Amino acid sequence: MKHTIYALVENKPGVLARISGLFSARGFNIESLAVGETHDPTMSRMTMIVDAKDEKILEQIKKQLNKLIDVVSVGDLTKKKFIERELVLIKINVAKTSKQKLNEMLSKFSVRILSCEKSTAIIEATETKERTSLLLETLRKLGIKELVRTGRIAIAE
Amino acid sequence: MKKNGAQILVDSLLHEGVRVIFGYPGGVILPLTDVLYDTPIDFILVRHEQGAAHAADGYARSTGKVGVCLATSGPGATNLVTGLATAHMDSIPMVAITGQVKTSLIGNDAFQESDVTGITRPITKHNYLVKDISELAKTVKEAFHIASTGRPGPVVIDLPVDVQMQEMEFDYPDKVSLRSYIPTLNPRPGHVRKAAKLIEKSKRPVIYAGGGVIISGAHDQLLELAFKIKAPVTTTLMGLGAFPENNELSLGMLGMHGTAYANHSIMESDLIIAVGARFDDRVTGRLDKFAPEAKVIHIDIDPTAISKNIKVDVPIVCDAKIGLEELNKIVKKPNTKEWLKKVNDWKKKYPLTYKTGKKISPQYVVEQIYKVTNGDAIICTEVGQNQMWAAQYYTYTKPRTWISSGGLGTMGYGLPAAIGAKIGRPDKIVFDIAGDGSIQMNIQELATAVANKINVKIAILNNGYLGMVRQWQELFYDKRYASTLITGPDFVKLAEAYGAVGMRVKNLKDVAKTIKEAIAIPNVVIMDFIVEEEANVFPMVPAGEAINQMIGALA
Repeated sequence: MKHTIYALVENKPGVLARISGLFSARGFNIESLAVGETHDPTMSRMTMIVDAKDEKILEQIKKQLNKLIDVVSVGDLTKKKFIERELVLIKINVAKTSKQKLNEMLSKFSVRILSCEKSTAIIEATETKERTSLLLETLRKLGIKELVRTGRIAIAE
Repeated sequence: MKKNGAQILVDSLLHEGVRVIFGYPGGVILPLTDVLYDTPIDFILVRHEQGAAHAADGYARSTGKVGVCLATSGPGATNLVTGLATAHMDSIPMVAITGQVKTSLIGNDAFQESDVTGITRPITKHNYLVKDISELAKTVKEAFHIASTGRPGPVVIDLPVDVQMQEMEFDYPDKVSLRSYIPTLNPRPGHVRKAAKLIEKSKRPVIYAGGGVIISGAHDQLLELAFKIKAPVTTTLMGLGAFPENNELSLGMLGMHGTAYANHSIMESDLIIAVGARFDDRVTGRLDKFAPEAKVIHIDIDPTAISKNIKVDVPIVCDAKIGLEELNKIVKKPNTKEWLKKVNDWKKKYPLTYKTGKKISPQYVVEQIYKVTNGDAIICTEVGQNQMWAAQYYTYTKPRTWISSGGLGTMGYGLPAAIGAKIGRPDKIVFDIAGDGSIQMNIQELATAVANKINVKIAILNNGYLGMVRQWQELFYDKRYASTLITGPDFVKLAEAYGAVGMRVKNLKDVAKTIKEAIAIPNVVIMDFIVEEEANVFPMVPAGEAINQMIGALA
């Protein structure tokens, strides 16, 4: 099962390495990881999406994270109400598409067209995981040239 | 007054009460060793940095204080790695100081550069690279705090040479404040009450005590609990000395080479009271068959130890001493009369025994060391058969008298650890019980011992094999002794070459006499006991079996 967990950590060098080391030493894959400073500049918040086969493994991950000296607190949003977003930048092929048609295709998504030239457009999307998948499916018809994602961030309601 | 980084570090160490450092100098640590030259801190020059780490570890285990070791950058620091991993696995408070190339060269593949914080991250409790002198005193304060509190462990301070030479005003902080590190010392009263209820209702309780009891100094409280509830007590390898083994409630050690009666007791118990132990695979054997009817109370300061391997019914996260004190206040005695009778029957039926023949049995040597020292020595060991026999046939009655690499199983640990232990406890007779294989891994530390008059007594159980591996080959690999027949030097001559005293013992009747003589000699002594070559450590639970499936329990 996929879990969305977050860690508040000291904003210091080496902290990311400690956390990624903790996962890699146990052979766990992090599906998505996003890090950024919080409103308190001495602290960063990491949002991690991890796939844990059973609850026991997940409990261990959370406890081990908490045990790291630079980790201030750890939370699990999975069973709570939370809002999750990911910023995606997509470079697509628009050689055979009019701007009007592109606008129509994108009308039901929360996106912005950042640039649109002869054959290439860059689109910014801020969506949930499911909506992002839907968007990418739609854009695949045109041809995706490049895709960049920040990884998901989440906040409890 | 302004001080440079090296002086600040040394002053900080003095503030922390450090009186001895085990180390080895080198290029980028010169400013520091230069300052140390004029201080009351004893600098014990080892012959290999691994020896420094193990000596600091042995010092910590024998005294309960933080052990300190020091090495230069690059190879000096990487040579500490095995010692750090050893201390980390066994929760030993240690601070390791490593020199680093100057900050402007870090990452440039400079001469003798290695990424020490990167290399040691997974094998330390925490580590620091101090790039700014203003952080130095605070870092030392934090390092000692982190190393010695909670579940202790080694902490590395990596210090670039230019930071050692920068100057600033020295002011040692008197407090540590780490918002992200606050170990839980006091148990939740509700959990203690739950535990007391479970104990009261139990019919077949067993106390399972580990190294945490020794770390927190909870041996008296453990004894009180055992007496109060009349429950038998088994200890882990790390827990030897946490409970007096000459007490009738003692079951000795459990697990792969534990006593048959400890393993049967655990397997048939209806309640395991675990204190400062972590249900390691060498203790539990096959997990799904482990103690099928037992509920589990687990007192431990490390939340990650709880329900890691075995599902815990009542977790009590706290310091073992405080937890046991609270439990002792309210616990009521269950009726264990029949259970104790059953346990005593197992004790009679399956005693620890060994075969005797013409040659000296290695177990006999260990028994004689116990007899001659009245159980009052500190026993350090190497790893393998020597370690297991030392665990089984010496009767441990006091904490901090057993010093052995439990978790990592580091061969070559015993001699340097014995040096550290003897410095920590000069009043004690300190033995290294060794194999002829292990002793060769850090034999260079004989020079350290002789030069500093650290009169440890080394008892080599010399069987000409890497005995534990040979035993596995005998039992599970069709007696194909691949790479386990090992030669060594003439240990008597070797001892003499180093300025120590060597004694070879081939006859049974000379064993006790030699041990007495060795203790009386005011020098480092190697006793080379030529023992039965193919003696085995029994009982033995084969890997992957339930712990009541023992080989040789009735040997």
